[in-house]
Amino acid sequence: MRSLFRPDVVPDTAILDDHQPLIRSLERRGLIRGSLSLGALALLTGCDVKRPESVESALLAISRLNDDVQALLFNPNKLAPTYPASMILRPPKFNAYYDVMDVKPVNGKTWRLEVSGRVADKRHWKLQDLRALPQTSMVIQHICVEGWSYIGGWSGPTLRIFLEHVGADLRAKYVAFKTADDYPSSIDMATALHPQTLLAIQYGGETLADPFGFPVRLRTATKLGYKNPKWLTSIEVTNTYTGGYWEAKGFPWFAGI
Amino acid sequence: MNQIANPTSSPSAPRPRAGRRLHPWPIRIMHWINAVVMLVMITSGWGIYDDDVIIRGFYFSSFWRLGDWAAWSLNWHFAGMWFLVINGLAYLTYGFVTGRFREKLLPIRPAEVVHTVIDTLHFKFAHEDITVYNAVQKLLYIIVILAGISQVVTGLAIWKPVQFSGLVSLLGGFQTARVLHFAGMAVIVGFLIVHVALALLVPKTLWAMVAGGPRVTPNSQAQAHHPQQGHTT
Repeated sequence: MRSLFRPDVVPDTAILDDHQPLIRSLERRGLIRGSLSLGALALLTGCDVKRPESVESALLAISRLNDDVQALLFNPNKLAPTYPASMILRPPKFNAYYDVMDVKPVNGKTWRLEVSGRVADKRHWKLQDLRALPQTSMVIQHICVEGWSYIGGWSGPTLRIFLEHVGADLRAKYVAFKTADDYPSSIDMATALHPQTLLAIQYGGETLADPFGFPVRLRTATKLGYKNPKWLTSIEVTNTYTGGYWEAKGFPWFAGI
Repeated sequence: MNQIANPTSSPSAPRPRAGRRLHPWPIRIMHWINAVVMLVMITSGWGIYDDDVIIRGFYFSSFWRLGDWAAWSLNWHFAGMWFLVINGLAYLTYGFVTGRFREKLLPIRPAEVVHTVIDTLHFKFAHEDITVYNAVQKLLYIIVILAGISQVVTGLAIWKPVQFSGLVSLLGGFQTARVLHFAGMAVIVGFLIVHVALALLVPKTLWAMVAGGPRVTPNSQAQAHHPQQGHTT
């Protein structure tokens, strides 16, 4: 953008020559004053003129502490409010780290779900295997970290039933996910076992559409939207922290609501 | 500065020898912690807000936002909240236990509020005695304290809408709670503008919040200001 302080018509340069010493002293004074007030402002607001590493690591340390506090606040028996099916938004809101036009559909016929880590049965799962498990439906509010929300209806086996089925170590710390769109994610075991945490294969009573995670996505009522990876390809039960896509960029890991 | 010419203290009242400062040191420390934390909460909140605005087309420019994008604004906000809540609880406890709130903020008479507003509109600021708050000041301080409490409550609701689902439904749903949280910010920012402007207009009030201000004893001061009320408890 053009500077407001730059005149459209340049004055006669002779005038500038006459006042050169004065201009120089003004600039010097202005520079000192400017840097002083910028420094004061940075102190006052913590404004990141450039985000310093020490501040960043302090914020991340508090964020990890908050993860622990959030885990304490999480009540495994507390159910998220549910809504009548008539309130389901159709289609749901699309959200990913890329545009809806860039969604690469997954072929449900050749799709397999890998199971790894602290589980007894590491056989791969097909879509019909997931359909054969007892199904749960829930109409819940999706809340995005950005602030928007909508009501959606999801069906599929609970993650708990799935984990019990594969003989998972339910005392492990994490359940980690990999996806076809390269969006790794992980959640705590307490949330994984919550009755409103589903491996969703249906939305609003119909097969999940491509942009929303076909053939299967995670849908948990007790976490923010970004903790719900779509197009799952792998589930791992582990004691090792694996983080996630947005978590690696600075967002909180627990993200419980 | 000009304490001898203080028109409200009656000459017969014994001058306190070692009376408390107008703003005792705990108040000053808590005030300045709050000032910094509030600015952190407001400006990081703007960073979070901009990711999904409530008022269409209304954004905060990056100059005013704390955190260079939403993740860091969020981390600032969730770090600042502990300082806000702990400092705020200490302040409320102090205010109630020492009786400071009752002394400084009560009573408020509606007629006085109207009178002060009219005076202020005529640019008459009665700030000779900074140890006594006028009715409008009292009202504003009470409003901003309530707004601060409200921010914590609505903040809790939108931070944990499932764990505190009862609170969310009491507030009228997640989106309503979010708008209330935004409105609370607006009230606090409005207060902040008036508060800072008046502190700059009457610099001795600003200095009093740094150095403590004149020494006062609560009772003699209250009596001196409203002798006709017989205001002793």
